[in-house]
Amino acid sequence: MFLINCPYCGERDQSEFVSGGEAHIARPKQPTELNDDQWAEYLFMRKNIKGIQFERWNHVHGCRKWFNVARDTSNDKIEKIYKMGEQPPKL
Amino acid sequence: MKNKYSIFSLIKNAFSNHENWQRAWRDPEPKKEYDAVIVGGGGHGLATAYYLAKKHNLRNIAVVEKGWIGGGNTGRNTTIIRSNYLWDASAGLYDHALKIWEGLSQELNYNVMFSQRGVMNLAHNLQDVRDLKRRTHANRLNGIDAVWLETDEVKKFCPIINTSQDIRYPVLGGTLQKRAGTARHDAVAWGYARGADEMGVDIIQNCEVKGIKRSGDTVEGLETTKGFIKTKKIGVVAAGHSSVIANMAGLKLPLESKPLQALVSEPVKPIIDTVVMSNAVHAYVSQSDKGELVIGAGTDSYVSYTQKGSFNIVEETLKAILELYPIFSRMKMLRQWGGIVDICPDASPIISKTSIKGLYFNCGWGTGGFKATPGSGDLFAHTIANDEPHKLNAAFNINRFVSGDLVDEHGAAAVAH
Repeated sequence: MFLINCPYCGERDQSEFVSGGEAHIARPKQPTELNDDQWAEYLFMRKNIKGIQFERWNHVHGCRKWFNVARDTSNDKIEKIYKMGEQPPKL
Repeated sequence: MKNKYSIFSLIKNAFSNHENWQRAWRDPEPKKEYDAVIVGGGGHGLATAYYLAKKHNLRNIAVVEKGWIGGGNTGRNTTIIRSNYLWDASAGLYDHALKIWEGLSQELNYNVMFSQRGVMNLAHNLQDVRDLKRRTHANRLNGIDAVWLETDEVKKFCPIINTSQDIRYPVLGGTLQKRAGTARHDAVAWGYARGADEMGVDIIQNCEVKGIKRSGDTVEGLETTKGFIKTKKIGVVAAGHSSVIANMAGLKLPLESKPLQALVSEPVKPIIDTVVMSNAVHAYVSQSDKGELVIGAGTDSYVSYTQKGSFNIVEETLKAILELYPIFSRMKMLRQWGGIVDICPDASPIISKTSIKGLYFNCGWGTGGFKATPGSGDLFAHTIANDEPHKLNAAFNINRFVSGDLVDEHGAAAVAH
């Protein structure tokens, strides 16, 4: 239970948002050249960090826009919110 | 040799005001070296140690636990036990566990209060009806007891359910597994701990793993808060923290750890004598022997290790509970808590060797691991002892995410994960 400061709408309750999971997982540029191990890595393997994790969120009951969040998963504290396409902050 | 628990030992100890019971397990310091070390002293980890000692005669082994045994998800779940899974591999796995549950109290000489009160799964729309009927047929082909109940039969089996067709999600029928039920979660951990300890297994509490030492692709031991422990085999059963341990060995797992909540009400007289689960509205309820309603809610959408969960999840579950059971509308909820569940993309567990020799993982049980505790321990012990999976857990290897041979129980099992 925490608040998220949507970069487009401002601070709202977390229940208005949905988590899109780990951020910065690049879509393969040449999908036909990937072997099974690389596909498994892209599709299924996750860092699942206890600590600061970079993740995507969607303001699904608001502006419906996607953005990135750097959040400490051990206490749900949000360290930084930044827009899609931006590089993850150094924390 | 420990004293056997029986009606006679109970009477005998009553005369001394229950002050002379023996300790159920020792509190040893870790030795320098073990043949195998289990990381995680929950039900699954303790069961693994128990079967390693009992069936595979590995006695120089230890269980290391960062807190106290049974203090994680073993003590946080809603204690539901069932085996009515859709796919053959899952049916084999969970029914293996259910068969062990049926004789577990006698085997452990510890009352795990296994109660086969039945588990009923409700259907609320036409697709639910089709899915649940299909699952009933699949269960019966696998030799698992399952029956389809029409709405009036649901009402007869559990009279307090609101079967009015005017509610938002009307009850259109349900399935019933009569062999399913509940057990006392703490007793399962304590019973396995006592049994394992009696065979010489060291159960080391307040001992957190800080690192895994490797030489090339082989494990050499564990760095812990109680010093270095040398071992050739490490079995990790760390539930929500599996990825944290995997990271220490340089491995990545297909897991996401999320809070799953449950809550209990004030205790009342017996009102519901079965377990009722509802997939579409995500609400399940049973009644404990103390009289509390035990209510399970859903998971949060985000990764978190906080063991809390959000209020809106509880709110949604209680809305559904009140629509299905108007009789509970004035009950007060006493406690609410969260456990961190490690969820696989296909909502099936991993009981597997890894690319590192001597490192084994038993994880990914997600929202439904308690029911599998005895079977999981038995099969994981087999995998560790033989360095090969048992045929019942062969499908639950970690390579299925590479081969694509997933065991997709997402929504196909009795409850949405």
